[in-house]
Amino acid sequence: MLKSKTGMEDGFLSSVGAGDSTMLEPPTKITALVVDDDTINQMIHHRLLDNLGIRNQVVRNGKEAIDVHCSGKNFDLILMDMEMPVMNGIEATRQLRAMGIRSMIAGVSTNTRERENFMKAGLDDYQEKPLTTSKLVSILHKVHKDG
Amino acid sequence: MLGLGVDRLRADMNRLLALLFHQGVLDEQFLQLQQLQDESSPNFVSEVVNIYFHESEKLLRNLRGLLMDKEFSDYKKIGIHLNQFMGSSSSIGAKRVRNVCVAFRAASEQNNRAGCLRALELLEHEYCYLKNKLHELFHIEQQRVLAAGVRYPMQH
Repeated sequence: MLKSKTGMEDGFLSSVGAGDSTMLEPPTKITALVVDDDTINQMIHHRLLDNLGIRNQVVRNGKEAIDVHCSGKNFDLILMDMEMPVMNGIEATRQLRAMGIRSMIAGVSTNTRERENFMKAGLDDYQEKPLTTSKLVSILHKVHKDG
Repeated sequence: MLGLGVDRLRADMNRLLALLFHQGVLDEQFLQLQQLQDESSPNFVSEVVNIYFHESEKLLRNLRGLLMDKEFSDYKKIGIHLNQFMGSSSSIGAKRVRNVCVAFRAASEQNNRAGCLRALELLEHEYCYLKNKLHELFHIEQQRVLAAGVRYPMQH
């Protein structure tokens, strides 16, 4: 998953663990995919990731997330919305796992009723919207620990 | 003189924001949005909020259209529109609008048409208030930026 160098990991972990919401510069090139049909959330999540120095791409639904992986791209982190047209987050997560994708997938949603089903589909983490810098940092902390 | 203008405008903005927080119109998520704005993206907040206005007005039109239909019975569609409205309102910190959406959704889940109509009126009222106040905030911010630009003219 993550390409890391000895000694640089600890520096990143401690900066993530500090919960500092200012610009972070991770030593490794973390990449992320934002999967959300809502324009406002796309803009906010894209900007949150940008501010943390994380290169990221945005797609509008689960099918586009599958397609982008089929094109050969891979990401360290996937922020997956649940309710989306064409293909929802639960189905997309299931299909990505079936394809052998082992990226960190964090569900981001307002629908707490479907949380259990969403987790069962293959999520590594779940955060309630709206996503904030501190929630994103807590997700990234898990990415590095599992990487 | 110009410096005092910038400071006065900044104080006006802070006062208005404090009022909106005190009234529960906005919550800390709005501050998160402001923190995402910087020199590389100086209009981020107004860009996001303008998209919110555009989408919200479409949702309000759809909700009114559905409920005004004499043969209306599609409460599931009302729920879908409300989920979207709740989500976007939460994302920009529009707390009171979001709370009215929650009450509206409860009425729709009970197939309570009269309750839905009452909730829609309240939602339109809250949205109008929010929009007016945010426009006021952005107007003060624009004036502050202009005043700061006059105070510190570009050196060529």
